Amino acid sequence: MATGEVTSAEYIEHHLSNLTYGRMPDGTWQFAHNPAEAAEMGFWAIHVDSFAWSLGLGLVFLLTFGIVARRATSGVPGMFQCAIEMIVEMIEEIARDIFTYKNDYIAPMAVTVFVWVFLMNLMDLVPVDWIPHLATLLGIHYMRIVPTTDVNVTMGMALFVFAMILFFSVWKKGVGGFLAELSFHPFPKFLAPLNFVLEAVTLLTKPLSLGLRLFGNLYAGELIFVLICLLFSGGIVLTLSGVVLQWAWAAFHVLIITLQAFIFSILTVVYMSQAYDTGEDH
Amino acid sequence: MNINITILWSSIAFFIFTWSCWYFIWPPLVNAIRTRQQTIADGIENAETAARDLAQAEQQADEITKNARQEAQTILDQARSQASSMVEAAKSEAREEGERLKAAGVAEIEQEANRIREALRSDVAALAVQGAEKILESDIDGDKHREMLDKLAAEL
Repeated sequence: MATGEVTSAEYIEHHLSNLTYGRMPDGTWQFAHNPAEAAEMGFWAIHVDSFAWSLGLGLVFLLTFGIVARRATSGVPGMFQCAIEMIVEMIEEIARDIFTYKNDYIAPMAVTVFVWVFLMNLMDLVPVDWIPHLATLLGIHYMRIVPTTDVNVTMGMALFVFAMILFFSVWKKGVGGFLAELSFHPFPKFLAPLNFVLEAVTLLTKPLSLGLRLFGNLYAGELIFVLICLLFSGGIVLTLSGVVLQWAWAAFHVLIITLQAFIFSILTVVYMSQAYDTGEDH
Repeated sequence: MNINITILWSSIAFFIFTWSCWYFIWPPLVNAIRTRQQTIADGIENAETAARDLAQAEQQADEITKNARQEAQTILDQARSQASSMVEAAKSEAREEGERLKAAGVAEIEQEANRIREALRSDVAALAVQGAEKILESDIDGDKHREMLDKLAAEL
């Protein structure tokens, strides 16, 4: 809540700053006290809040699904098992339609990505001040609870997908085959350098678009929640309109977070399928 | 918006979570789903087979019932015709017996009448001879008038 001594700009900046732990230029390891310090820490700093939340939510997924899987019965399933199985079957079916090759890793990966990203996105629906405020009371100054609004988290996932694209491409086509695929399309072979540049851009666009799409959607969503919260410090009319807007945006956001999780998951499968595709013609 | 080492940790977390899901969660869960799907598929197939069998059995039962009814009808018809023919036979036998008895009676009566007629005839002949003797007061030679007397008796 924007209190008397905090301006709107400071309030927004506070909400968009991560809890950063890193090495100061003077050589001491510590949490950054302000965004400037965080920037000075450079590449080797870590965003403790978004990484911890993403780990925690991933563990929530693993434990929930793990318990269900451990108790899974092939007889009449309980309510909870049914729900989990519906998610698993939905994603698995789509993954199986898109990815027609033999690899047992793809479907579980798609389900993991879908549920994990969904849970991380879901944190966006928690009112933006609750947990940061609680953290402030506990002495932690910065706390961003939606990991997918941190470009490091989304791009980190996208980079792993990129690594898998490269790995499966080389595994299935060989280094030569992969380079040939990059060089001999879409123009004839004598234009190989041009082809290579074009295809390399296409290849690099995949992880970039994957990570930045998720980040952009969620970051924008969170920013709007923060802006709506600014209304609460105004008069009664502004507060009431803020309540209505908060509700409306949250309702709309339910769609966005599910859709973005789904897109991230399915695009991952599509990229894997393309990496496996050894077809001569496109 | 700083790019920092978090990006690498996120990649590692991504790998660990997807691997854990693949290794720990996937096999039992998918196994349970597949087993259940198989069970349900088997159940549906069994139900279909049972329905087919039932239909077949009903058809068979219908056929058996129909055959039995036909057979019963045949037996009934046969019995009926046999009974009527037996009645006919009995009737005709009775009629024949009656005819026979009547004919025998008639013959007996005729025989009796003839016998009585013969007796009467001879009596009449004797009476006529006696009467004539009385009238003529002489013996009529029986042998001589035998012919005439016989003629007379035959006329009676």
